[in-house]
Amino acid sequence: MNQDVLLQRGFYTIVALAGLGAMGAGLSSWGPAGLAFALFAFLTLAGALVCIWERSVVRSAFALMATFTGVAGFFALLGADFLAMAQILIYVGGILALILFGVMLTPPDMGERKLTRIGWATAIIGGGFAFVAVRVGGKVGSWAASPDELPAMETKARDIGIAFLHPEQYVVAFELAAYLLTVALVAAVYIARRRTGDFQLQEGQMEERA
Amino acid sequence: MIPVGAYVAVSVALFALGVICIVSRRNIIYVLMGIEMILNSASINFAAFGRYNGDGLEGRIFVIFIIILAAAEAAVALAIVLNVFHLFHTIKPSEVDLLRE
Repeated sequence: MNQDVLLQRGFYTIVALAGLGAMGAGLSSWGPAGLAFALFAFLTLAGALVCIWERSVVRSAFALMATFTGVAGFFALLGADFLAMAQILIYVGGILALILFGVMLTPPDMGERKLTRIGWATAIIGGGFAFVAVRVGGKVGSWAASPDELPAMETKARDIGIAFLHPEQYVVAFELAAYLLTVALVAAVYIARRRTGDFQLQEGQMEERA
Repeated sequence: MIPVGAYVAVSVALFALGVICIVSRRNIIYVLMGIEMILNSASINFAAFGRYNGDGLEGRIFVIFIIILAAAEAAVALAIVLNVFHLFHTIKPSEVDLLRE
């Protein structure tokens, strides 16, 4: 068996074992909600890890789907049902499809992944984040504290809609966001359009190749 | 009861993975994916602190604006990536260093 297959299997085995361990820990410390939390955390972080690890861009993009779904699960766990739905609709259905279009319209580069580079980046950035987390966690000291009782979960899609259109709440921000989206989409179409002369250029390149 | 620190921990980990994704791969598509991870980690924070701080609407509205910005950013960024590939015939960030054709 060659080394590449071995590495691949080792990586996925470690990820799966870590997920099982996290789910066990979540179930034992916070009950069923903890199990759901650990499952979503596993989806989120394993998706991101696989995205960094995989050699093929298409696989990375599909691994990102797990990340987005896990974040949607967090929103559902936090009682934000509207956000969970919007997350799946926009991220999984929209942004991921856009990224896949980008993948398909650019050439694949399978030799681009360097494990040493990933290892160095992980060591430096992970070390920095761990250092800051330990220092700040030591100062705060109560990261595991939680209120005894949270407000009951209720759907707030209607409240969000009213808040967006209420003149004393978020109507200006809402209209600005709509304006931004319009401008961004028109700009995207304008930037990505085919200019006149592109077709002749491509035909010329084809002739050069032939 | 899941403490708010657990959500923050996941968010920090996702942020770190996003930064690693941006700096360790030589492909603009991976930079975009890393940015999406970072935006998602911010969303988790806003949703969690909104829930644990009175369960008002503020956290959710912030998340909705983050999602709107991410959608606009993804559309424009991919248009730019396509244009960059059209001009330079490569999508390695280190080789895209001219502002003109």
